Amino acid sequence: MKKIEAIIRRSKFEEVKEALHAADIQWFSYWDITGAGKEREDMVVRGQVFESSYIQRRMLSIVVRDQNLDKTIKAIMDSAWTGELGDGKIFVSTVDETYRIRNGQKGPDALY
Amino acid sequence: MKKIEAIIRRSKFDEVREALHDADIQWFSYWDITGTGKEREDIVVRGQFFESSYIQRRMLSIVVRDQNLDKTLKTIIDIAWSGELGDGKIFVSNTNESYRILNGQSGPESLY
Amino acid sequence: MRFIRKHSNQLINSIFNISTQNKNIPIMKKRFIASIILMIVSILPAAAQSIVIKEVPHIDFGNTAWIIVATALVMFMTIPGLALFYGGLVRRKNVLNILMQCFIIMAMISLEWVVVGYSMTFGTTTGFLAPYIGGFHWAFLNGIGINEISPYFVSQENARIPHLLFVLFQCMFAVITPALIIGAFAERINFKGFLAFSLLWSLFVYNPVAHWIWSSSGWLFKMGTLDFAGGIVVHINAGIAALITAVMLGKRKDYRGHAIPPHNIPFVVMGAAFLWFGWYGFNAGSALAADGLSVNAFLVMHIAAATAAITWVIIDLMVDKKPTLVGICTGAVAGLAAVTPAAGYINLSGAIVIGVVVSVVCFYMVAFVKERFGYDDSLDAFGVHGMGGIIGSVLTGVLATPLIQASYSGLLYGNVHQFNVQLIAVGITVVYSAVMTIIIFKLVEKTIGIRATRQEESVGLDETLHNEIAYTTID
Repeated sequence: MKKIEAIIRRSKFEEVKEALHAADIQWFSYWDITGAGKEREDMVVRGQVFESSYIQRRMLSIVVRDQNLDKTIKAIMDSAWTGELGDGKIFVSTVDETYRIRNGQKGPDALY
Repeated sequence: MKKIEAIIRRSKFDEVREALHDADIQWFSYWDITGTGKEREDIVVRGQFFESSYIQRRMLSIVVRDQNLDKTLKTIIDIAWSGELGDGKIFVSNTNESYRILNGQSGPESLY
Repeated sequence: MRFIRKHSNQLINSIFNISTQNKNIPIMKKRFIASIILMIVSILPAAAQSIVIKEVPHIDFGNTAWIIVATALVMFMTIPGLALFYGGLVRRKNVLNILMQCFIIMAMISLEWVVVGYSMTFGTTTGFLAPYIGGFHWAFLNGIGINEISPYFVSQENARIPHLLFVLFQCMFAVITPALIIGAFAERINFKGFLAFSLLWSLFVYNPVAHWIWSSSGWLFKMGTLDFAGGIVVHINAGIAALITAVMLGKRKDYRGHAIPPHNIPFVVMGAAFLWFGWYGFNAGSALAADGLSVNAFLVMHIAAATAAITWVIIDLMVDKKPTLVGICTGAVAGLAAVTPAAGYINLSGAIVIGVVVSVVCFYMVAFVKERFGYDDSLDAFGVHGMGGIIGSVLTGVLATPLIQASYSGLLYGNVHQFNVQLIAVGITVVYSAVMTIIIFKLVEKTIGIRATRQEESVGLDETLHNEIAYTTID
């Protein structure tokens, strides 16, 4: 099983969500994050245009069976893309074990 | 060292937190997440009953020494269980390295 | 003394250098003579009397002070009252859009009001159009001096407020009416379309209807319609427009037949409380004086809100098993909307009746009817304000009691005529508001467009229309 952590633009969220549901991904979690680093993003506050170092993004976290990894990544890449700097990143790591709390079931079948 | 990511009901959080502290787990992080997928949850707004596709859950993230993995898992599964659909899931993955920022110490001893 | 408000005596006014254009000469003459006699009598040296009773209309400072405050209270109802009430009910990605709509309506319609609105609504032209619309002679408030007295009063014919204050007080009503409609098209209207729609609606729907019912030359006023503080003019007017726009604009793309959970219920509570507080100015201020009638309006309004709130909680307990905050707030607001036309004509028991009835009906509208008919009235502007206004206006025709104002009574006292008049006025307003809203909506839709794009709607109107995020995760 693999965990996919995708950092995407907030404005792309709805499209990515629909693409994932269309690819039959049953569940993913998401939350808002702020990123900080060298990247800058244009921002306007009270008429002043400037480059903010606080980058607002949305984090998606999806755990999938190994066989679904490629289609999930493709779905995210295609729908979250704009071609501009700041489109985001996807991290893939291995999940050693999964448990379903309701009945203690383990393994890939404990996923959705 | 292992990282445990548990998605549990918000209503179960307090119990799980106390149980983890009783089990001598010194620290874990948590934040609110929204999940979306095929799952539906009953919700009432202004007298209307319906099924919402936005599922509010809480994510716990705990990094533990290998020898503490089983007791932590058992604690969460036992306490977070309710028997209903939507109890949540636990994902276990490997943490390659851990550093204490205060003194640069690494390895399992740098954990709590 | 058949009418709700009276136009003052022209000759007396011209004596005191106040300009009007009424041509009501025979009645005028009688009153003039009467006042002269009264003046003479009051000046006669009577042995023990040292009090000179002024029997001519003048500016009363007590009344003026209260109505200045009432004007500010009604302003408070739009921003922040309605803004927060509606703002808390929408999703977090759209809250700024709602707040912006309320704020800019305050600015835009205030300007419209002083430029043409007041004149269109309360202007005193004559001619065959007079029953249907005032004129433009008071455009830019031309000719209204700062010390002129108001042509309108309710029970204090002689102790009046300044004319300009009446203009301002009415301005706040003109502002909040289009703001109410925001609840129907929330989360899917584009900004330019919204501005054009709101302006045209104020000009061609609010102003005429307010003229018909509140201006002394208005035809519904002359028919005897009772609308103390705007149940018909404000709530039914806006409520019907809300229903029409909700249907014509179409559903939100995520609408599944049920309410979308509010993003900030504390805002909703604050908004409802601010509305209740400001409503004291809305209703008690409509007496245009700080007198017993004003206090009665305050009392019945307050009790109707309280009763409606409790009733809604009871129904909530029966239906949802839990008393909700959104519920109690909605109940209170429904009660306030319903008592508005009645506040100067009913007594305490009438207030309680209105409170109970409106909560039952509006709960049913919001929880069942909307889903059954499938229209997306996002924030229940029709279900609460529209229906609340209709119920209150009709019940005014039932519950009006001569115990409050001797000349007015309702069905409960055997006055079938008043009840019928209320029904007619409600019916006329419903039809006119519906037809004109359809026309204005279509006009805006075909020329500059009115619905936000699918992309704008799904990303959120705050970011796409205003380039702002309400709640960042930055530190």
